[in-house]
Amino acid sequence: MFCLEPSEEQKMMQETARSFAAEQLRPLAHQCDEGGEIPGSLVDKAWELGLISTVIPEECGGAGMERQAVSGVLLSEELAWGDLSLAMTILAPALFAYPLLTAGTPEQQKHYLPLVCGGKPPCLTAAVMEPVMDFDPGRLACTAMSKNGSYLLTGGKCLVPMGSQAEKFLVYASIEGQKGYGNVGGFIVDRTQQGLTVSGRERNMGLNALDTVGIELREVVVDPEAVLGEGKGCDFSRIMSYSRVALNAMAVGVARAAHEYARDYALQRYAFGEPIAYRQAISFMLAEDFMEIEAARLLTWEAAWRLDTGHDAFKEAYLAKLYADQVVVKVTDDAVQTLGGHGYIREHPVERWLRNGRGFSCFEGLAIV
Amino acid sequence: MISFEIPKGVEDVAHMLHGLAESLMRKWARWADDHEHEQCEEWVNTMWIFTKSGLKGPTASGSSRKQKEGDTQGEKKQVTYQNLIMAVSVEQLSWGDAGLYLSMPFMGLGGAAIAAVGTDAQKERFLQRFATSEKPVWGAMAITEPGAGSDSAAIRATAELDEKAGEWIINGEKIFVTQGKSAVEDSDGIVVVWATRDRKAGRAGIKSFVVEAHTPGMKVTKVEDKLGIRASDTASIVFEDCRIPYDHVLGDPGVKTGFKGAMATFDATRPMVAASAIGIGQAALDRVKELYEQNGGQLRYGLNPNTLGTAERDLMLMEAQIKASRLLTWKAAWMADTGKHNSLEASVAKAKTGKAITWVTNKAVEIAGPLGYSKHELLEKWLRDAKINDIFEGTGQINTLIVARRLFGLSSQELK
Repeated sequence: MFCLEPSEEQKMMQETARSFAAEQLRPLAHQCDEGGEIPGSLVDKAWELGLISTVIPEECGGAGMERQAVSGVLLSEELAWGDLSLAMTILAPALFAYPLLTAGTPEQQKHYLPLVCGGKPPCLTAAVMEPVMDFDPGRLACTAMSKNGSYLLTGGKCLVPMGSQAEKFLVYASIEGQKGYGNVGGFIVDRTQQGLTVSGRERNMGLNALDTVGIELREVVVDPEAVLGEGKGCDFSRIMSYSRVALNAMAVGVARAAHEYARDYALQRYAFGEPIAYRQAISFMLAEDFMEIEAARLLTWEAAWRLDTGHDAFKEAYLAKLYADQVVVKVTDDAVQTLGGHGYIREHPVERWLRNGRGFSCFEGLAIV
Repeated sequence: MISFEIPKGVEDVAHMLHGLAESLMRKWARWADDHEHEQCEEWVNTMWIFTKSGLKGPTASGSSRKQKEGDTQGEKKQVTYQNLIMAVSVEQLSWGDAGLYLSMPFMGLGGAAIAAVGTDAQKERFLQRFATSEKPVWGAMAITEPGAGSDSAAIRATAELDEKAGEWIINGEKIFVTQGKSAVEDSDGIVVVWATRDRKAGRAGIKSFVVEAHTPGMKVTKVEDKLGIRASDTASIVFEDCRIPYDHVLGDPGVKTGFKGAMATFDATRPMVAASAIGIGQAALDRVKELYEQNGGQLRYGLNPNTLGTAERDLMLMEAQIKASRLLTWKAAWMADTGKHNSLEASVAKAKTGKAITWVTNKAVEIAGPLGYSKHELLEKWLRDAKINDIFEGTGQINTLIVARRLFGLSSQELK
């Protein structure tokens, strides 16, 4: 029945993620952003928490726990609160594993899922986005044309997380070039395959520490057994809903980080003899942001809960994203504004949160729960 | 365990009230707007049967927190969802018509205050009538004065204790009393009046007192003409040496104890104001969507938002705003139901929703164009009706101030 308190299990997981974010991610966030690199040891340490493998079935080497979108959004918010690039790096293998978990054939699951249960993070990722102005997951320009029982993949992708190292890509393409979510298929492509070109590291406004690349596919041949779900399709609209709630939770995490920083700053910064928090110009702005973060979080939770309970969640996840994308931009911008000139200086993290937060309205499929 | 599942009982109530809203309330909505100061008899009489049979009011979490924090396990298992039921009910009734909802015979805010802080004897004496009276009865709350709105500490109405007679003597003028005329003149109702025992004591001197209808010295002097919610009367009430028994004071009569009891009422009622706004917003969205679709418009969820039509995108944002407001409101109600202190969440729900629904109902008129502006439709009325929710029981600004103070941990002296 209606309840907004996480279960004991979820609370423990949330607490683990929170302290990992505070103790491991936060201290390195600035350095990673500046250098565009994440120490491998950090990623390994995060991997040891078993954040992804716990929901992989036991016969594939995982802990066999139930995959819950609600738990996923709680986790994603905490990690993104630590740092967005690091959170996306840590969770990137899920982009490959989770769609297989729901849509993969038993053979595909047996073949690929054990990769996610080893001691080291696997080099697996997914390619959703394309370098166009009005990117729409339901109108992919990347096509999969059938030929002699196989598919030929052609098109370009961008913002492929962990792409420099990835060995396998789950590439989404529109089957026979048809529009609509129902005509999108997932295709497993090996890095060494002919026709696949991986670009160098992308340079984006934010996400500096996240390794993203563009890829080009030219008639890359995908055999039927490497098509996600084979003949059954992959229910791409549901995959996107899982992705949207994940991105939303991360948007909430980034917004919360910026908001807390601005709140604390406003109490310490004096102007005209008192903290600037004493002025409604500042405190009202931040109070509104507090409410908006809470609103975005509840919308996200609700969509995630719908996914967990088997309800249709497409509209809810989409609307929640529409909402949260705006919230994170406003909140991170307000945080910079609260710090004034100091907010513009890279010594303070708020400018990084603004750059990272700006991305959400441009992102689709960059994370999943 | 996080869950958004609405208990079956709550859903049933919502379903039933939606039917009532659709049939009875919509039928009278325009008439009531056109006939300000007239009572819609069919509505009042029908609803009296309903409210009498136990449609309970919201309760402040403070009053249901009988056990100390940490010892709430037993209580948790028996969540009755009284506030959630109320929020869902108020939303449905306001979907029908917010003015008629406010005008229904009910213990109202005054009753809620008694339920929150009254003694058992007081509850019995003042609230019994809302369950047993043959004729409809209204309850009202009188706080605002010509010179004191949000700043309730500036209240000038006085309560003087006549120790010999064992009576309080109330003097002062109250304005904007919702259903004040109904409570005082049209029924054997009650009014809860806020008055100060000692102006020098500031907020600590303010107490609330129950005055029953027909008490000598209490008089309705004016009924307001308003922008919206015209079905509901908004009265000015003057108290002139109005004597009431000593035990009509709510809570501790001591001047030193604070005025938190009175404020606890708001923790319970602010989410209900938000719920009312949400009902109006949903009504406006439902109708404007209908018109949009009749006009050949489509709602293509899932598309890149930049490729949506302007109205299409607005309609989606309206839906998201309503949903966000509803979830915030339900959160505040659920907290009260589970005995959690919810004054922050109540203000969040109220501030956010008041603003959101004002925007939503404006958009509805804008999107419907000449149809939206015409009295042939109810869209223009809903805009007018919705606006009150960003004003009464604490304006959006006051509630934002409360949120801000809590956010920063600042007092009213520090953050003014």
